[in-house]
Amino acid sequence: MSERSSIGPVEALRLAFTEPIALAAGVSLPTWELAYETYGTLNAARSNAVLICHALSGHHHVAGYYADEPKNLGWWDNLIGPGKPLDTNRFFVVGVNNLGGCHGSTGPCSNHPGTGQPWGADFPVVTVNDWVKAQARLADVLGIDAWAAVVGGSLGGMQALQWTIDLPERVRHALVIAAAPRLTAENIAFNDVARQAILTDPEFHDGHFYRHGVRPTRGLRLARMLGHITYLSDDQMAEKFGRKRRPEAGHFGYGVEFEIESYLHYQGDKFAGYFDANTYLLMTRALDYFDPAETHGGDLAAALAAARAKFLVVAFSTDWRFSPARSREIVNALLKNKHAVSYAEITSPHGHDAFLMDDAHYHAVLAAYLRNVQI
Amino acid sequence: MSHALKRPDFDVIASWMKAGETVLDLGCGEGELLQLLAARGVRGWGIELDPGLMLAAVENGVNVIQSDLDAGLAGFEENAFDHVVLSRTLQTVRHTQQILAEMLRVGREAVVSFPNFAFWKNRMAVLNGHMPVSDDLPYQWYDTPNVRFFTMLDFEGLCEGMGVDIRDRQVLDERGAIVTEEHNFLGSLAVYRIGRGN
Repeated sequence: MSERSSIGPVEALRLAFTEPIALAAGVSLPTWELAYETYGTLNAARSNAVLICHALSGHHHVAGYYADEPKNLGWWDNLIGPGKPLDTNRFFVVGVNNLGGCHGSTGPCSNHPGTGQPWGADFPVVTVNDWVKAQARLADVLGIDAWAAVVGGSLGGMQALQWTIDLPERVRHALVIAAAPRLTAENIAFNDVARQAILTDPEFHDGHFYRHGVRPTRGLRLARMLGHITYLSDDQMAEKFGRKRRPEAGHFGYGVEFEIESYLHYQGDKFAGYFDANTYLLMTRALDYFDPAETHGGDLAAALAAARAKFLVVAFSTDWRFSPARSREIVNALLKNKHAVSYAEITSPHGHDAFLMDDAHYHAVLAAYLRNVQI
Repeated sequence: MSHALKRPDFDVIASWMKAGETVLDLGCGEGELLQLLAARGVRGWGIELDPGLMLAAVENGVNVIQSDLDAGLAGFEENAFDHVVLSRTLQTVRHTQQILAEMLRVGREAVVSFPNFAFWKNRMAVLNGHMPVSDDLPYQWYDTPNVRFFTMLDFEGLCEGMGVDIRDRQVLDERGAIVTEEHNFLGSLAVYRIGRGN
């Protein structure tokens, strides 16, 4: 194997689509754009393309860095690059920002073609099916008939799963990591609290805050703080923060006193500084709606009957947002169909966030699986 | 952990399966049996708990589900597979009857191979005052994963008691050669094909 190294400087690309896309919400976007990046080289047979689907707050900058921002590493840079588990010497990797996102693809903060003003709350709610449809249009333009693999963690894993159902002939392998076949009431409840934080922020202005020159940062911050709690494990929080106090903290007040508070505030502030509130609402709603079994009487195996892909399903021992038991639901539905599937349950202290971590065993499983993907 | 020698019981197991059939291999290790079966057109899935072995099975390109056999086969449907295999593992499972019943629920039939504690050299070892150690029983008493010690006669008695139908049996000596007589005395490793009795 070649030495592990960074893919190096990369460039964000943007593609404008002039054919409309019909969305599940019943509306159609006449023109729309997707921001994306590619790493490695598409081979002559066009058989080595891998799509990376992002999660709630992700985007198309998956690996490498920008020449003018050397510290802005892609969010899955530890996985993707020359000699890395998803080896760009072998694969042509595509990262895409989903429709409704806030990193360059058409979304609530894009200008509405009719008014020239940001869409804001008028941007349609999009679903995982819509994303698959949009990603397929990108594949058409890139000349990719079938992905060697579609890979995603969390909400990204749900997109990988949806690909195998909606466009079974166009995906040969699906790597479904830290995902679930549908959200539980508890999952939806967390999403609702996050949304309420945003919706009730006085600076939200019914989703049209752009025209008021403000942003609902308080709501976004709370939403992210809550989300962050669900991404970590109890054990990891205990180990990292425990009951440790800030040295300068006061006492018998309500300021930042415990280290965990400081950490959550930092994460919330950072996120609220760049993320779009309407995109956050939309992404969490897409999560809520995801349920491929719904149109098959709740039978996930029936939904997956049409799939032709081979699967690797990965879960993490301390992930309680989408626990290993949820991944096993996917595995059991695949087994019921006699689909090719492997399942790894990685022992990790990092909770749901583990899918982003550079864990040797986890990455070894992905690397081993990907080496057997024929191109 | 890899087997330096070819596993003679694998040839016996493979001879009982046809191309196009499906198999679930419990405790599949690095997936060698599944690889052998795949080359013969049998579609297989393995279950393996050990992370290192599970990784090796992925490297070997077989389907492997990381799961604990002691938790049973609850996620699997009835008659999901043509065959369910438990090779050289029954003696390590605490709930013997439960796993046999589960195998015959999930599989149309099951294959079980295990070291025969009544093999003459094992009997000699005990007569000489020691627990047996051999190629088929490669562990010392203090580090063995084996928790159930039984003979071919014992196994056949259990099958009768459970109403399990013995459909085929092959017995191998230490070198992997087929034993044709005095099986419970000359056999070091026993391989059974079993099904639900009428």
